[in-house]
Amino acid sequence: MEEEIRNDIKWAQINRDVLHSMASPRRSYWALIGLCLTVVAIGVYAEIHQYHTGMGEARLNRPQMWGFYIANFIFWVGVSHAGTLLSAALFLTNTEWRRPVYRSAEAMTSVALLTAAIFPVIHLGRVWDFYWVLPYPNERGLWPNFRSPLLWDMVAIFTYLNSSMLFLYYGMIPDLAISRDNASGWRRRLYGWMALGWVGTDRQWRNFRKGYLLLACFLLPLAVSVHSIVASDFAMSIMPGWHVTSLPPYFVAGALYSGCAAIITLFIILRYTFRYEEYLTLPILDKLCKLTFAIAMIWVYLNLIEFSSAWYGHDMFEKEVLIEKATGPYAAIWWTMIILGIGLPFSLLIKWVRRNMRVLIFISMLINITMWLERWMIVSPTLARNHEPYSWGYHWPGWVELSITFASFAWFTMLFLLFVKIFPSISMYEVKEMLYHRRHVSDRLLRESGSDRPLTVEK
Amino acid sequence: MTIKNMIENWAQFRKSGQVGDEYYDHADYRWGMVIDLDTCIGCNACVTACYAENNLPVVGKERFGRGLGMHWIRIERYWQTGEEGEKKTRYPEQGAQYIPMMCQQCEQAPCEPVCPVAATYHTPDGLNAQVYNRCIGSRYCSNNCPYKVRYFNFYSYSETWASPLEQQLNPDISVRDKGVMEKCTFCVQRLRRAKNDAKNENRLVEDGEVQTACQQSCPTQAIVFGNLADADSRVSRMWKKHNMAYGHREDDKQQKTERGYRVLEELNTEPSVIYLERIRDENI
Repeated sequence: MEEEIRNDIKWAQINRDVLHSMASPRRSYWALIGLCLTVVAIGVYAEIHQYHTGMGEARLNRPQMWGFYIANFIFWVGVSHAGTLLSAALFLTNTEWRRPVYRSAEAMTSVALLTAAIFPVIHLGRVWDFYWVLPYPNERGLWPNFRSPLLWDMVAIFTYLNSSMLFLYYGMIPDLAISRDNASGWRRRLYGWMALGWVGTDRQWRNFRKGYLLLACFLLPLAVSVHSIVASDFAMSIMPGWHVTSLPPYFVAGALYSGCAAIITLFIILRYTFRYEEYLTLPILDKLCKLTFAIAMIWVYLNLIEFSSAWYGHDMFEKEVLIEKATGPYAAIWWTMIILGIGLPFSLLIKWVRRNMRVLIFISMLINITMWLERWMIVSPTLARNHEPYSWGYHWPGWVELSITFASFAWFTMLFLLFVKIFPSISMYEVKEMLYHRRHVSDRLLRESGSDRPLTVEK
Repeated sequence: MTIKNMIENWAQFRKSGQVGDEYYDHADYRWGMVIDLDTCIGCNACVTACYAENNLPVVGKERFGRGLGMHWIRIERYWQTGEEGEKKTRYPEQGAQYIPMMCQQCEQAPCEPVCPVAATYHTPDGLNAQVYNRCIGSRYCSNNCPYKVRYFNFYSYSETWASPLEQQLNPDISVRDKGVMEKCTFCVQRLRRAKNDAKNENRLVEDGEVQTACQQSCPTQAIVFGNLADADSRVSRMWKKHNMAYGHREDDKQQKTERGYRVLEELNTEPSVIYLERIRDENI
C-alpha cells in the first residue's frame, strides 16, 4: 500500500515548510488580494444601491420573493459543511490521512460561514432592523417567533460559526506555539497571545486531547443539524417542491458534496502555491476523491428519491414543479445541474483523473458551479410554479444580485488568502504525530518480524 | 396534557379553528366573507376601491409588468380549456372566468408561523394581521402563502402621492415604506372604528354596520362580509346555506345547490373567505 506521507521527513523540515508558507507574501498575493477587494467593493456598492433604492433592484418580484441571495446562502453554508464535519468525523474514526488536510478544510468552513452569514441579512427588506431576529431582552418585551425556521436558522448558523471557529482555533494551539517560537514582531505578539501559554507539557497535551475529542463529538451532530435546519426553511413550508421530507438529508448530502469538491480545489491550489508536495500528497488526494464520489452517490440517490416521490406521489402541484424544472424556462440550467452533478463524480472512478491535478481542479470547480446551480434550482422553480396559476412568474438576476454573488466569492477567497498567510495551513503537530505513530508501528512490526533494521525516530 | 391525550386528540390538534374553540369562545367577532362568482362580472371596481381605501401605491407600468403590483385584491382571469383540445373551451358562452382574490384570512395561515419576528399573527377576531412596524422584510410569509396575496414594498413609493395627491390618502391607515410586507386586512380600520363605536354605545357591531371597501363598491353585490360569530348575520346564513364551516370539505356537500368552496382547500389552510361557484349552463 502506498504511503500517504513519506516516513523520513524530519520534524524540523515540517516546521520549516509550514512556517515558510506564512512568510512575507509575494507580489502575486497582493495582486490577488487587490482583485478580491475590487470585486468586493463592487458588491458593496451594489448593496448600498439596493439599500438605498429598495429590494426591487434585486429583480425579485411576486411570486419570486427569494432569489440569488438565498441560493448563495445555502451554497455557502453547504461549502462550510465539509470542513468541520469531515474533520470531526475523520478524527473520531481515526483516519490518518485527515491530518495534513483538516486545517485548511476547517479554515474553509469558518470562512464560508462568514460569507454565508452575510446573505440572510442583506436579503432583508429592512436590513437595518436585522437584529430583531435575535432574542435579546428589550424594553417592549418583544420576542422573535420561535416557530419560524428562519429563527432556527439564525441560531444554528451562529452556533455553528462559533463552534467551528473554536474547533479550528483549539486544534491550532500547539501550532500557534510553534509559530510563536519562530516569529518576531507583531506575529510573535499575536501568536504568543493566541497560544495561551502552550509549552507542550504532558498535562497540557492530556487536557488538549480531551477537549479536542469533546469538541469533535459536539460538532459532528451539530453540523448535520445545521444544514437540516437550513433545509427546514424549505421543508417546513407549504410550497410544492419545498415541502419534501427528504430535503434535510438531501441538503446535508449536497453540502458535503460541494464541500468536498471545494476541499479538493483548495488542496490543489495550496499544494501548488506553497509547495506542499510532501504533505498534501497524491494518495491523500486520491482518497479525498473517493470520498467525494461516495458522498456524491448519496446526493444522486436522494435526488432520484425526490423525483420519484414527486412523480409517483401524484401530488398535482409537486408534479407540476418537477415538470416545470425539466421543461420550463429553467430547464437548461436544471438539466446542466442534473447531468453534471450526476455525471462528474463518475469521472472520479478513473485513477488517472484522481491523480491528474489539472483535470481534477477543473472537475472540482465545475462540481461547485453545478452545486451552486442546484441551490438556485431549489429556490426559484418552486416559486415559479406555486399553487396559484395566476401568480406564476420567473426570476432572472440583475446586476445587483450578480455583483453581490461574485463579491461573495471574492470575499471568501480574500478571507482564505488572509488565513493561509497568518496561520499555519497544515497542522504541524498532527503531521508529526502521524509520522511518529507510523514509525512506532512499523518499528514494532519490524521487530516482530525479526528484522534487525529498526527505523529510527528523527527529531 | 398527557401523551395519551395528545395521541387521542391528534386530529384535533392538527385541525383547530372551529367556531366554538376555546380560544374563540369569548370572541364576539369572527370576520368572514362570501364571494359569489356567479354575480361577479370582473369589473375591477373592488380593486379600485381597495387602492383608494388602503393607500395602495400605483407602481407604474414597468414595475407592474415585472410583478411588483400592490393590489391587495385582484381579479384573476382564467380561460378554461376543455378536455377535447386546446382550442375548444368548455364553457365558450362564458368566456373568461373571474375570481377576485385577496388575503383569505386563513385560520391555519401558513404565513403566520414562518415570520421570524412574529410581524404577522392571528387576532381573536380571526383576522390574519400584519404589523408593518415589526416587519423586517424576510418575505418568507409571501413565499409560504399559497394564494400569493402578500405584497412586498420593493421600492419606496412615496412619490406616488406627490402633492396634491397626498390629500387623497386615508388618514386611518399608515403609508408603508420600502421593505415591508402588506396585504388585505378586511379593512381593519373600518372594523376598528365600528367596534369602537359599538363599544361606546355598549353593544356589539350589528350586521351590515361595517362594510369592506371592496364589498361597498361591488355593483353586483357579489361580496358579502360580516361576523361569523353572529349566527343571524347575512354571512353566517350564507355559509350555512351552502353547508360551509371551518373544517368542511367540498366532498361534504349534500346537494347541487350548495355552491360554496374554498380555494386550495386541500392545503388545510381553512380560509375565512368562501366562494360560491358559478352556475354553469349544464347545471341548470
